[in-house]
Amino acid sequence: MHIFKNTDYNFLRWRWHAIVLSWAVILAGAALFMTKGIPLGIEFAGGTAVVVRFDQPTTTEKVRTALDKSMAGGEVIIQPYGDRALNQYLIRVPTVGAESGNSLSSEAARVENALKQGGLGNFTRQAAQIVGPAVGRELRDKALLATVFSLAGLLAYIAFRFQFSFAVGAVVATIHDLLVTLAFLVIFRYDMSLNVIAGILTITGFSTNDTIVIFDRIRENLRSMRRDSLGHVINVSINQTLGRTVITSGTAFLTSLALFFFGGEVLHGFAFTMVVGIATGTYSSVFIAAAIVSFWRGAAPTRAAAHAPATLAAAPQQPTRKSKPQRKARAS
Amino acid sequence: MSNLRWKVITVLVVFVVFATVGVYPILAARFRLPAPAWLKAKELKLGLDLQGGVHLVLQVQTDDALKFESEREMERLREALQRQSITVANIKLIDPARFAVEGVPAGKDAEFRNVAAEGGANFDRSSGTNGTYTFTMKLPAQATLREEAVTQGRETIERRVNELGVAEPTIAQQGANNDQILVQLPGETDVDHAKEIIRSTGLLELKLVEQGPASTKEDLAPGGVVPSGMDLVTGAGDTGGGTSHYLVRKVPAVSGVDLKNARPVPDENNRPAVSFTLSPEAGRRFGKFTSENIGRRLAIVLDGRVQSAPNIDGRITTDGRIYGSFTQQEAQDLALILRSGALLTRMDYLEEQTIGPSLGADAIRSGIIASVVGLLSVVAFMLVYYKISGVNAVVALLFNLVILLGLMAYVGAVMTLPGIAGFVLTMGIGVDSNVLIFERIKEELEAQRGVRASINAGFGRVFWTLFDTHIAALISVAFLFQFGSGPIKGFAVTLFFGLMSNLFTSIFVSKTLFDVALVRRHQVATLSI
Repeated sequence: MHIFKNTDYNFLRWRWHAIVLSWAVILAGAALFMTKGIPLGIEFAGGTAVVVRFDQPTTTEKVRTALDKSMAGGEVIIQPYGDRALNQYLIRVPTVGAESGNSLSSEAARVENALKQGGLGNFTRQAAQIVGPAVGRELRDKALLATVFSLAGLLAYIAFRFQFSFAVGAVVATIHDLLVTLAFLVIFRYDMSLNVIAGILTITGFSTNDTIVIFDRIRENLRSMRRDSLGHVINVSINQTLGRTVITSGTAFLTSLALFFFGGEVLHGFAFTMVVGIATGTYSSVFIAAAIVSFWRGAAPTRAAAHAPATLAAAPQQPTRKSKPQRKARAS
Repeated sequence: MSNLRWKVITVLVVFVVFATVGVYPILAARFRLPAPAWLKAKELKLGLDLQGGVHLVLQVQTDDALKFESEREMERLREALQRQSITVANIKLIDPARFAVEGVPAGKDAEFRNVAAEGGANFDRSSGTNGTYTFTMKLPAQATLREEAVTQGRETIERRVNELGVAEPTIAQQGANNDQILVQLPGETDVDHAKEIIRSTGLLELKLVEQGPASTKEDLAPGGVVPSGMDLVTGAGDTGGGTSHYLVRKVPAVSGVDLKNARPVPDENNRPAVSFTLSPEAGRRFGKFTSENIGRRLAIVLDGRVQSAPNIDGRITTDGRIYGSFTQQEAQDLALILRSGALLTRMDYLEEQTIGPSLGADAIRSGIIASVVGLLSVVAFMLVYYKISGVNAVVALLFNLVILLGLMAYVGAVMTLPGIAGFVLTMGIGVDSNVLIFERIKEELEAQRGVRASINAGFGRVFWTLFDTHIAALISVAFLFQFGSGPIKGFAVTLFFGLMSNLFTSIFVSKTLFDVALVRRHQVATLSI
């Protein structure tokens, strides 16, 4: 079986369409972010979350009415938690008992008392999470730093292994993936939780996978197709690797879907991030990364422009046949 | 041939070793198979989110430690000035690391400087107008005190948690200034009890009562002025009910640090009480102190509150008893806290999380379902798309998972729910390497290069590509590890080991499998790929 056999799509011609599409998604996400913001997970926003399991079936509305009786007002979030048959609900309030101290958990007790008086029957507390306001700030800084360092590390590594223009292409594509993923998270109203951040950081590493595979082929083809334009080499390379790009993403995509559908409540946001991230990672590898390289280097013929790679510079004037065994010797 | 034999042996040995460490202990625990203790100890541990338990983060108020040090120095200065009969207007604390002496008489300036220079090597002195001197604690001294306070807090909490009898607790320092303490108690369900015990100050002081008990503070300190060297403390009334006030000496006769042991015992009326034993040295001191003060009252002050103030009937050396209206549980807890020593600084809870065991069980169940579904879909895809060669990829994938489990068990990593996600992702991302290799082989086959040459070229050419993709992924995983706490760290660890073992299985194991399959066939015309 062989998908995308001997294709000959002109990917670079579509780069403008791709860029417009990407910007449209990113701007839509940004607009929504500006107007409605992004819901922060409890780790970042602070607050109290309680998961309770009721003996009898109930509904979100009933829980809300019960809570409203004794806990007037406030932004109380009530969500079914996990399998519907479990009658489990997550109740989250933005406050904690006190800034600090032992009374941190008093808000959780208040929620429980309110539920007891609400007449919803017996329930048991399954879990509680109480996060003071100081914790979120530190986490936010750390998450941002981790992402920036991770991108810087990728830039340095790809510049070292390929050339600087390739590194720029890969990092721009990765930033693109992060922005598109964030846009989807905003549009689908997922909480910015610790797990989602972990997903975003994972995407940073893995969205370069396909890009590197394509770059690798471009580098290889640059040696054998010295008279062709860079644009042509890029197109040929993307077409040659199209099958594996789609399949490799496909398997990772399959497992992320398995997590999304079966991984349970806690992993939901993470799995969504991975599903979107892997899809956009593939798309950007094909449509964005190499396009950036060609923007960066202009449309000059490869021979003039492609001097930088170390393996090439060692034997710039040698015929192609000779440079191949040399590459193989390095590879084995 | 012999080269291939060594490769096969290597692959088998690796498999057996990792399966023994990683997979067998899990099976042994599940199906009650025999296993030696060292192997049982390697069983993959479950994180709090899977096992249920309590997760707490405490902030150590290290300012307290500075304040104590400043106050101690202020007290020393006050006494020394009194001895030299230098009267100053006021000595007051400005902030935890700074205090001021106001109104030093102009004529006694030189003498004051001498007194101040005698001690307080930890303080810098600067003079202001009107005989005002400011003492600021030196920065290295501040840093040391803060560090000691956190370490002392952590060690005290460790002792208390151990006394609580929680299996495999985690107690670690964390946070930007390393002044937070993380406490994880797997399997613990009574959060409030655990929290109370961890955070209680537990400072026991036995102080001589100078005046009291009195029913109002005004009786002991008219106009709110407490005589110097004295403290005004409050506590339960002598006759039960009501509060009484006592004027006690500031310096305790003995305190918590002098304790050797404490345990709950019933008193004469069979009510819960706590008996304590002093260290021999403190016992001698206490014996001298009590024989000198027979007939007077001794206040037993716990965390600044008088528990009781009995009369000293005779010489007491090492053994004493604390009465109070304790419940059995309270007496037990108090004994535990006294045994493990006092906390010198206050601690505040920043974060608290409890996960019930049934929620953890739900998480494990969904994690396993997701893993199985993920595995089956990847296996099905590889077999359909690559046919017989797909079997090769599937075997390599299973190898990958076994090695991953083995590595995690070997380093004693903790399996968390995000860790399971990492496990599932490793399957999807792991077969990527096989896909890359197989696609390359296909390409070589189409160029009519022959099966064996195509396989060799496929593996050879793709090696550096795989190397690059794995390094790129490892870079971000490293930062993920750096960023994360608890569950996220588990995820990063799983991904890290998954990537490492994948590099081995997709290249070495998979290639060896191909070699084994082709070794007996000299002319191979087709490859099922």
